[in-house]
Order: sequence, then C-alpha cells, then structure tokens
Amino acid sequence: MTVTSAATVQQGKVTVKDFGLSYDTLEGAVEAVRDASIHVDPGEFVSIIGPSGCGKSTLLNAVAGFLKPTRGEVAVDGDAVAGPSADRGMVFQQYSLFPWKTVRENVEFGLKMKGMERSKRETSARTLLGLAGLLAFEKQYPENLSGGMKQRVGIIRALATGPKVLLLDEPFGSLDAQTRLIMQQILTNMWQRLKTSVLFVTHDIDEAIFLSDRVYCMTARPGTIKAEIAIPLGRPRQQSMMMSSEFLALRRGLMSLIREESLKAIGGEVNDIALQGLDIELHGRTLADVI
Amino acid sequence: MDGTALKLTETVARSSATETPPAVPCAAEPMPAPPKSNLVWRWLALHRSQLRTLAIGAVSLVLFLLAWHLLTKYRVTAHVRFVNVPSPEMVFDSLTRVTRDNKFLSHLFLSCRRIFIGFGIAATIAVPLGLVMGRFRLVREIVFPVSEVLRPIPAIAWVPMSIMLWPSNEESIIFITYLGSFFPILLNTLHGMAMVDPVLIRAAQCLGAREASIFREVYFPATLPHVFTGLTVGMGVAWVSLIAAEMISGQFGIGYFTWEAYSLVQYADIALGMICIGVLGLGSSALIRGLGRVVMPWAKT
Repeated sequence: MTVTSAATVQQGKVTVKDFGLSYDTLEGAVEAVRDASIHVDPGEFVSIIGPSGCGKSTLLNAVAGFLKPTRGEVAVDGDAVAGPSADRGMVFQQYSLFPWKTVRENVEFGLKMKGMERSKRETSARTLLGLAGLLAFEKQYPENLSGGMKQRVGIIRALATGPKVLLLDEPFGSLDAQTRLIMQQILTNMWQRLKTSVLFVTHDIDEAIFLSDRVYCMTARPGTIKAEIAIPLGRPRQQSMMMSSEFLALRRGLMSLIREESLKAIGGEVNDIALQGLDIELHGRTLADVI
Repeated sequence: MDGTALKLTETVARSSATETPPAVPCAAEPMPAPPKSNLVWRWLALHRSQLRTLAIGAVSLVLFLLAWHLLTKYRVTAHVRFVNVPSPEMVFDSLTRVTRDNKFLSHLFLSCRRIFIGFGIAATIAVPLGLVMGRFRLVREIVFPVSEVLRPIPAIAWVPMSIMLWPSNEESIIFITYLGSFFPILLNTLHGMAMVDPVLIRAAQCLGAREASIFREVYFPATLPHVFTGLTVGMGVAWVSLIAAEMISGQFGIGYFTWEAYSLVQYADIALGMICIGVLGLGSSALIRGLGRVVMPWAKT
C-alpha cells in the first residue's frame, strides 16, 4: 500500500444534472443526450453502458470539458466544468500516447505541465511505471509496446497528476478478448490500491459489472439514463467472480436492458424470426413494441 | 526502501509473465546452411536481403558504365548520336585535371554556398510560417491565397524579375534558390499540421497543457516528419532552380561550369558537371535524411 505515495490520490465528486446536448444540422437540431443526471461519489467506480451512438461518450466528454452542455450542468466537487484540465484525467480508446516521447516521458507529461522539476517527476513516473509493471520499458517508444501495454501507460499517465476523477472512454475497446480480461483485472487491482473516483464508459456488460460499484444504462438516441444498477459484488474483484450466480444474475438483467436499446439502435427491418434466441424479457409486450 | 524495491521488481516480473512483449521480427527464410554459432555468418544471414540489394545495385552501376563506355567507344549513331559524347575515361581524366586547380573547386563551393543560404532562409521562413498557418485559421486565410497564386510559377520564370529586384547577381541567384525550396517546405508543413491526431491534442489538454505547451509538445513534434519530407523535396527543387539560374545568369557555380563547357566545346566537362550536380544533390538529400533521423529518434524510417 506504500506505492500510492507516487500520485497524490484525490477523490472528487462528479455531479451531472439534467444534462442535455444537441447540435445543429441542416435538418434542424439533433438531440444527442437528453435529461441525463448521474453522479460519481468520492472514491466510487461508476460505469456508463449503452449501445453504440447512445451518447455515453458525449456525456464523458462533457465531464472532461471537451463539450459544453446545451442544458443542465456538469460539476466536479461543486465547481462547474469550464474546459479540459488536469483535474479530470482521461484515457481514450485510441491509444493517444505521444509517439515522440518515451514511455517515461509520456507518464511525466502532466507533471511537466504542472512545472514539477525533472528529478521529482522522474521518480514519480518510475514509481507509477513500477506499479503498472512497465519499469523495464521506460525508455522505449510507444511504437514498441503491445496494445495492452500502451493502455497501461495511458492509465498511469492520466493518474500521474493526481486527478480528482479518472475518465475512461472504452479504454479496452481495441484490445483482443484475452488482453481485455487481463487489463480489467489490472485496472481493478490498481483502483483497489488508489481508490480514486472513476467514470468508465463501455458497451461491454461483463466489463461494466466486473469493475463497477454502480452502472448507468443509457437508451439509444437521444441518450437518456434508463436505469441505475448497484453492483453488490465484494471487493477486491477477481475474474473467478464472473462465474458466480450473483454476477450472472446481474448480467442477465443488464443484458435484457441493453438488448432492447441495441435493437433500437440497429433499426430497420428486423423481424421475429431473425431475432429468435435473443431472449428479451418482453413483459407482456410484443417484440415490435420493444423495438 | 528495500521492501518497496522488492515489491516493484515483483510486479515487473509478474506482469511480464502475463503479457509477452512484442516479438522481435525474425527472418522469414530458413537458414540456407546448417546453423553455425559464428557471429559473422549469422550477421550475413540476418542482413541477406540488404546485401542482395547492395550487390545488385553495384552490378547495375557497373553495367551502366559499361554501356556508356561501349556506346561512346563505337560512336553509336541510331537517331541518338553518341559521336561527340565523352566516354567515362575522358570524364575521369577531366576530373583528375580540374581537381588540381582551385577554379573548379570554387565553382563547387559557390554553388553549395548558394544552396546553403537560399535553402536555409527558405526553411527558416517556411517552417514557422507553416506551423503558424496550420494553427491559426486567420493567418492561413490571409496567406494561403497569395501562396497559391505564386506557387505554380516555376522558380526559373523568376529569373528576369529576380535580376531586376536584386542589386547583385549573387543575391538574385540565391533568391531563385530560395523560391524553389520555399513552397514544398511550406505546403508539407501545412499538411503536417492538418494531419495532427486531434486525440493527442485532447490528451495533452487533459494533462493540463496550455496553448503554448500544446504547440511545443504536440503540434511541433507531430508535424516534424512532414517538415522533413518538405525539406527533402525542397532541397531537390533548390538544386533544380540553382542550376537553371546559374546557367542563365551566373558567372560562377557548377551550373555555369557545365554551360561554359558546352560553349567552349569541352565535352568531357559537360558530363563532369552533370555528375557533380547529381552527387551534390544526392549528398544534400542524404544530409537531410540523416538530420531527420537524429531529430526524430522515434520515427523508424
């Protein structure tokens, strides 16, 4: 537990109230997200899950400060978000490491921007690299790293400045299934030590349940919050839990919620025969109603 | 202290067990002979394809010289006339003769100096201008139309205007050289700025970088590979423009030397001048590539 001294861990509180975002096109305003209210309590791991194009990344980008809400408010620790800053560390799906910087220089970047002197930030970066098991690669350029390694660097780079909240936008989306599982375990282990506030966006149900304390489920366009599900699984989390009946029950529930939305997102002509075996809880409605 | 160090090495060991580092690319072809633990042999086997390229290149050059030799020796005339074309031996003789006096060397030196100054000024203006144009839309909107109007005019077409503009011949030749290399450098830098991955900008912003830092730490290094493409192309055009300018209005320089040789019916010197221009062009491109490798250690090519 002594490793945490590298980055001063902060536990911010994220509040998003009645968030709405629309943008203008020739055909008129298009609503991407409507009336979304979410929060991340200090030290909590929260996921947003939903079909592609539901606006979950839009929501995350608004918290990061890249997008201004059309309606509603976004705040961290009570201060309205005005633009991107080191307060909110972000990890992107595309690896986004600076190719011209070595692994260690990448991790040091945020500290350099803070004006920390070279020797201090070097020590800091090395400790974090050790935590991620990447100390041996500190002098390599990102090009020489595997996808999983790059994303580990991305995560500790975002943590290095000690942000109030860590934002992750489908960070494991472009990794293969096996690496993905390992990365989920590494992330949950790191969180277990650091206990920083996390807002995690994914479309992977298992990933969301495995990592989170709470999961928000979003609807298809315009994106709204459809459900909020607490994940009462114990900590620390282990891969073996994914087979537990508790996990599977949560999975079944979320799966049904998401499938309805995914079907809406797919749209077009989908008939009953094509959808056989999808196993959606219809609650007395017909499949056509659901879609 | 010891405890933490131990823990760190432990994590390193564990993680490298779970995830193997990317494999070193290994030779696809099997070893041609039973493997020997001889270092020289292994080096040869690993560099087989490069060695092959080198060997074929050498043979090809020798064949070219041989063809040149035969064509001039037998004074072949098949529509194209090789009657007055100097043979490789004559050119070599000419080379040994001219290198003995300083006049030829000063021609070479003057041409190199003109390239150095003209290209240097072009690079010092075009690279920053391209960076600023790429970053600030207003600057781009103002400068781009002018540059688009001037760009299609070949540098050689500027010769008469240049002679009127500049008080000395030397300055007008340098100006032509400058013009030739300016636009390739500017356009490539501009293109590089447009190609910067926006996610890297956002990553930098999330790490607390402000405008000046983003420019220095992200835009500039991200654009560098394109800048070097521009410099390489610009160097090529600089030589083209210089030689043309020297032939038309010079009194010194390797371009002038080549043209003078024609006027004075010293045919071997024509070929010598041409070869010198080629070697100098090749050398200056190699210099820029080398510089690129030093400045951008992360880029593989």
